[in-house]
Order: sequence, then structure tokens, then C-alpha cells
Amino acid sequence: MTLVIKGGRLLCPERGTVEEGDVLCRDGLIEAVGPGVAAGAPAGAEVFDARGLLVVPGLIDMHVHLRDPGLEYKEDIVSGTRAAAAGGFTTVACMPNTSPVVDHAAMVSYIVGRARQVGVVNVLPIGAVTKGLAGKELAEIGDMSQAGIVGISDDGQPVWNGELMRTALQYSSMYGIPVIAHSEDRHLAEEGQMHYGAWSAVLGLRGIPAVAEAAMIARDCMLVELTGGRLHVAHVSTELSLSVIAWARARGIAVTCEVTPHHLTLTDEEVARTGYDTSTKVNPPLRGPADVEAMRKGLREGFIEAIGSDHAPHSRDDKDVEYNFAANGVIGLETTVPVLLTEIVGKGHADLVTVVRAMTLGPARILGLERKGRLAAGMDADLAILDLDHPWRIDPAAFKSKSRNTPFAGWEVRGLAAATVVAGRVVWRDGQICV
Amino acid sequence: MLLGTRDILSLREMSRDDMALILDTAESLREIIYRPIKKVPTLRGKTVVTFFHEASTRTRTSFELAAKYMSADTVSLSASTSALVKGESLKDTALTLEAMGSDCIIMRHGVSGSCHYLARMVDAPVINAGDGMHEHPTQGLLDMFTIRRHKGSLEGLRVVLVGDSLHSRVARSNIWGLSKFGAEVSLAGPATLLPEGMGAIGVKSFARVEDALPGADVVMVLRLQRERQGKGLLPSLREYARLYCINGRRLALAKPDALLMHPGPMNRGIEIGTDVADGPQSLITEQVTNGVAVRMAILYLLLGGASE
Repeated sequence: MTLVIKGGRLLCPERGTVEEGDVLCRDGLIEAVGPGVAAGAPAGAEVFDARGLLVVPGLIDMHVHLRDPGLEYKEDIVSGTRAAAAGGFTTVACMPNTSPVVDHAAMVSYIVGRARQVGVVNVLPIGAVTKGLAGKELAEIGDMSQAGIVGISDDGQPVWNGELMRTALQYSSMYGIPVIAHSEDRHLAEEGQMHYGAWSAVLGLRGIPAVAEAAMIARDCMLVELTGGRLHVAHVSTELSLSVIAWARARGIAVTCEVTPHHLTLTDEEVARTGYDTSTKVNPPLRGPADVEAMRKGLREGFIEAIGSDHAPHSRDDKDVEYNFAANGVIGLETTVPVLLTEIVGKGHADLVTVVRAMTLGPARILGLERKGRLAAGMDADLAILDLDHPWRIDPAAFKSKSRNTPFAGWEVRGLAAATVVAGRVVWRDGQICV
Repeated sequence: MLLGTRDILSLREMSRDDMALILDTAESLREIIYRPIKKVPTLRGKTVVTFFHEASTRTRTSFELAAKYMSADTVSLSASTSALVKGESLKDTALTLEAMGSDCIIMRHGVSGSCHYLARMVDAPVINAGDGMHEHPTQGLLDMFTIRRHKGSLEGLRVVLVGDSLHSRVARSNIWGLSKFGAEVSLAGPATLLPEGMGAIGVKSFARVEDALPGADVVMVLRLQRERQGKGLLPSLREYARLYCINGRRLALAKPDALLMHPGPMNRGIEIGTDVADGPQSLITEQVTNGVAVRMAILYLLLGGASE
């Protein structure tokens, strides 16, 4: 099976270049990239006319909750991977806080198998650090690793016991996979509803201070130094956290981090502006303006290697309640590209190549995906074809996701995924899933 | 509509003009409370629901009497006696109340922002009777009304709020309301019970109550919520009383004609001494009377303006 992407502008995140050219895909792999390679396509090859469009490696969202199994009323592998395709994502890494928890190989096999059967994009499971996410004893990390996990995480909560985190870093280092940390001091964050600051004081909501995140990152970085494991900090959200990571890197500690689109674009004032709308409730919370500025700078300078949406679907009933009772989380798969193109690239906070790199090469390196994240011969034929100019309005009713919990509803944006290609097959085009 | 707002949710979001109209209207309605027959027909045929998720003596009674004095029908619903105990959501309860034809819903709720949430769901006006740690706007208005009656104007007055302003919805409403009328508001209390970032809105904070009181025109004592001690924010009630209790000795640091106020219910001997609570500077029972007048004014302005 051959597919030719013809006449697009090709963005190479590795070299940082954008140039006219074609991409030739055969049997699921990229065979050739560059000007004129379409001429070498066999007769009868499918041709995608990409004139006026930007061709980038398939986007990778390394932080997604697919809610499958157990919480299918929020999302499942079908709806979640369709949402991913619609957003330009060809690969998602899914968190293990399902029901039951992904803490043993059979659960990993379920997700891998189910995704192969009904999924539209690549699904890479992340296993739990501890059995049942209970923070008591290690999950079967070795067995899960052989079944296909790309990392371990107790996402949603920290590994509170320092000794257990130490052990997890040591043990996972045998498999070369990162420990993905949800960094939060439980006591400092207890009953917290939003960022601790002037707005939490005005609104009378208990605040979560920046130190709740940064203190745990500091502990985990020091444990990396002790054990030689690999740490990836999920959804980093404060300037203080980035300072801690900079300190750790200066000591030679291997730590990577990711930022969400909402922490790049929204502040805690949003809770007041919306009159306590629960679409603003997320953990870590929307932070102050200085934090948002630090996130943008971190992304711009390549200090933050990855953008992960922390796509966290919740049903309307989970959110349509009093603020304190609402579930934490926002969805991101279908809003990440337009929001980043409009608010970050469009407003000059970071350039296009840097943003695309943080959604391709960056996460591919963190997760050790050798055949993904680059536009080059021999790579998996996963591509996102972006229209950078298309103006539209974000309408949650049109989402492919089962859930609608987004703080970006109604935003006027520019840019979207015109088409998504997974393993050489067009799976999303002209606003339609086509598999 | 007489007010620029449909709901009474917070004084932060309320205009100075709306607040002034409520205070002026309360002034003219206040005499009704002293009539032998306390009944005017203004709100005849209107139904007002009080929906309280937390215990209350004065706020709830005050709203109900305010409504009754103006001939509205009142229905009172508590969380403990409603279908909420069967697990019905706030949303469904609110839609039910509205479907029965309530003209106004007055709600107290333990979660900040719940009245905003309610107001988005129902068409009837919503009055916030206290939401979590956020605001208690009618208390703020009755406090402003009380001060204005005694001092003539709020402009330039120095008002000190003493105690747990961190968890106090009364404090937040007073801060916004008084500041909008040009009063200078300060907070005094242990550092663990003072909210963050108040300097940015022109409010000074003092950890030593003795530093805050000199020159004060009004000393407003906040209720110490005893459950806070369990959270470790205070070493002991005894220590709090020794360091912060407003007694005769401390009140004497304020101006000689300073007004003493407390929103109730009081913990005598903890945040306020009985000597001053029952003393000549105390306006604590007058606050209660004024509360009825202010709530009559609010109900009149929200419900009476458009009557046939």
C-alpha cells in the first residue's frame, strides 16, 4: 500500500527546517522525504494533495486518559482514539488509572489488543507504579514492560512514600522506561480547589501552593541522583518547579518534563471570570500569570521537552455540580493544535518548529520511540497535515470525544488538523474519520 | 429592574450604585419593623424559598421575616429535610424549586461559588445567604447600613476586622463593600488566619491586634470557627483568646466613639469579651434588626419592581 503526500511544506523537527516537498509512504513506513520524491511513486498510489498545508510527523500526546476499561461513560478506546485522530495525534500514551488499574500484564495486553482492533491511532499504555495505585507495593513492572508499556506512573496521585519511589526508579531503570511523576505534596494540596494566590483568597476556595508541586519534584530529582533512574515530570505548572528542574539538570540529573496547553494559556483568574465554572477545575490547577509566562519561556527555550494535554474526560454529571464536588480535569486532544497555533505560535510565545517538536520528537525521545517523531525515511508513516490558517470556533458538541469538559469552548481559533495519517493510511480528512 | 443585577451573589461584583440603592431603600423600609402591625402588601403573591445547607438562626429568620413583613409567602427547605439526603443533586433540587414557581431562591451552602452555580441554572433571582468561605453579601450590606446610620457616611472610616478572615465570608463581603464606599479596611489576626494578597486591593493586615486598633472607627469581630483548631491553624483556643479576644482593654485602643460589631453567633470569652459585647459601644443586636431592613430592601428591589 502506497501513499504519496504531495506538494506540502515539510517540517522537520530534528533539523528545524520547513521546506517544500513530498512524503512517500509504503507498507506503513516512510520510504522517502523531499522535493520530487512523488515522482518515484508507483502507478495507482494514493495521492494526497498537500499544497498549502504543513506536513509534520504524527503528533504524540504522551499524557492521555482513555478511561478504558471501567469508565467508558467518560471515554473509551474508540472515542478517545477518534478524538486523537481528529486532533492530529497519531500516537497517545494512556494513563493506568482505569478500573481495574493497569498494574499487570493482562491489562496491558487488553489495551494493546483492543486498540489494534478498534483504535484509530497508536495506543501506548503506561503501567502503574504501584499495585492498584495504592502506593504500597510495586506493580509488576517487568512483566508489563514486556507486554508493551512505555513508562510507569501513578498519575492522579504522587508516589507518596519516598522509599517506594526510590525502588520504582531503581527497578524501572532495568527496562529503560521513565517514571512519570504526578508531583504533589498531599498535605499541602489537601482539599485544594485551585491555585493558592490572590484569586483563591478572593473566591474563598482552598488553594494549592506552587510548593506542593515543586517540593515533590525536588525529592524525586534527588532520588534520581541516588538511583540512576529516569524521571519525567508530568504536567509541570509552576515557575518554582522549573527552577527546581533547572537546579537538578545543573547537577547532571536526568529529568524531563511536559506542559499542558491549558497551563500555557490560562491563569487562575479564569475561575473568577467564569463565575466558578467547573471547566476551570483541573489538577494541577491553573496558575498565576508569572507561572504561565514561565511555562511559555520554558517551552520557547526547549527547556520543557514535551507538550502533553492531560486529556482527562469527565461526563457532564461529573462536572455539573458545586465547585468543590466537581472532578478535576479537562480534555485536550481536539483543542491542543488550534489553541497552541492560535495562542502560542500566533502570539509569538514560541515558534512553530519548537511547538511541533514538543509534540513529536520531544515525547518520542522521552518514551524511547525510535521510529516516531521524525520526518525521515525508515520512520513509521505517521503524519499530521495541518492547515495553519483555517479560522473556526471551538464547539464541544462536535467533539469526537465522549466528553465536553473544556475551558476552551467558544474560543475563536486559527488552524487545525486537515488530515491525519497512521501507518500510511489516512484516518482523518476533511472533518471525517475515514476508517 | 431597579437594580443593575438580577442576583445578589457577591459585593465584589456589585456596583456601588446598586449597594447605595439597597442601603437607601432599607432606610425607608426600616420603620415597618417597629409598626404594631408589621405587614405591607408590596410582595403579595410572591413566593420566596430559603434553602439552607448549613445551620443558621439569624440569617434565615431574618430573610423569612423580611419576606413576611412584605406579604410574600415563604417556604423553607433544609439540606437535612430535603431530598438531598436521598442523594438528589443541588441541580435537580434547584430545578424542582423553580418548577414549582418560586420567585426567588435564597441559598446558604458550604461550598464557595455554589450560588453562582445555582444562578446559572435557574431564571429566578438568587440571593447568596453565605457560600463557603466566599461571601455573605447581605451581611456585608447590613454591616455597612449599621455603620452608616451611626457615622453618617462610610467615606474615610477606618474599619478593623479582627479574627479569622481567611475562612470568613463576612470579612470578604465587608472588604469589598466598605472599600467601594471609601472606607479603609484592615485585618487583624494570627498569620495562619489571614488571607493572601490583600495588600493588592488596599487592605492592610496586622498579626498583632494592638497594632491594628489605634484610630479605628469600627471594630468588627469575626466569629472564630472552632473547627479550625482541629486543622492545626491555631495552637489552642486559650492562646487565641489571650492574644486576640476583643475585651475592654483592647477596645480602648480604638477611637473613644468606635463602634463594636459582630455578625454572630458569638463565642463569648474567645473572640469577644462579654464586657464589651454587652457594653455601650456594641451594636450587635441592632445589626440583627438592620439585617431585616436590608433584606426587605433587597427583596423589594429584586421582586417588587416589576409587579403589575
